[in-house]
Amino acid sequence: MAKVVYEKSRGLTDNPLSYCPGCTHGIIHKLVAESLVELDILERTIAIAPVGCSVLGYDYFNCDGVQASHGRAPAVATGIKRTNPDKIVFTYQGDGDLAAIGTAEIVHAAHRGENMTVFFVNNAIYGMTGGQMAPTTLIDMKTSTSPFGRQLEGTGQPILVSEMLSQIPSVYYIERVAAHDIPHLTKAKEAIKKALQNQVDGKGFSMVEILGTCPIGWAKTPADAMEFVKEKMLPYYPLGVYADKASNAGQGEVK
Amino acid sequence: MISEYTAKHRLTFADNLCKGCDLCAAACPKKIIKMDKTRVNAKGYNPAMCFDIENCIACGICAKICPDSVIKVERDV
Repeated sequence: MAKVVYEKSRGLTDNPLSYCPGCTHGIIHKLVAESLVELDILERTIAIAPVGCSVLGYDYFNCDGVQASHGRAPAVATGIKRTNPDKIVFTYQGDGDLAAIGTAEIVHAAHRGENMTVFFVNNAIYGMTGGQMAPTTLIDMKTSTSPFGRQLEGTGQPILVSEMLSQIPSVYYIERVAAHDIPHLTKAKEAIKKALQNQVDGKGFSMVEILGTCPIGWAKTPADAMEFVKEKMLPYYPLGVYADKASNAGQGEVK
Repeated sequence: MISEYTAKHRLTFADNLCKGCDLCAAACPKKIIKMDKTRVNAKGYNPAMCFDIENCIACGICAKICPDSVIKVERDV
């Protein structure tokens, strides 16, 4: 009797993904879709797609979806969740969307402690527009707008979103995970499921930051890009739980 | 276009979804997957193939790392 070890999740539609070869968006989509199916919430979930590479996310997740203006996904999610409190609402945002133009929205949604789930995919570059420097681009990393490498002087420090948001008392759960190999994917899926379960239980604002790749923007092969995450991104973006009110862990502990 | 490779276990590739990114080949612990340079799929990529299904251990790693959900893995067929 054959046992299926892995097949495409029914949480994804049959639409072929528009992402470049080897892009981790596809892998992270699978983790989110599998989590929605395993928690049995797929039928009552509403996805909020961002602007950026994952702008067509609503075409790929097998649930209802809305696409928000650049960076405004948390604001749109707030409206949808408040008017449909029985629905599960998640936003899926890249670093250009969440950490650049949408910084205001995410900070205010976190301060309001909205009962929603945010998936923040950080690949340290603006992928869709042609590999320009993003606020999350690492120091000395070469992009099309920092051809000699990003310099601390003039462009500042790469934004640490999880660390920043974990300081907010009304945040329930924040964890940073990575999507560069199988052990980390297993951990990432656990975090994604936890963030969604928190919303089901009405706990409040949960966010998972997922470190991903942009092989085309980084000018690397997909396999080399995975190595880059391991060697260059993990030291600056340490993985771990930054806030978890369930266990009072992390920096965002509330008195 | 579906390619099936069967021995003790079975790998099924949805060839036309493959973008030839090589992540499955890099991740495979048995190194039995490669991009088939003799074929071009509907997207214009050399699709992934298994050249030694006898050594497959049905761990599912290739399928889990595949961004485009190309591969289905079945154990003990």
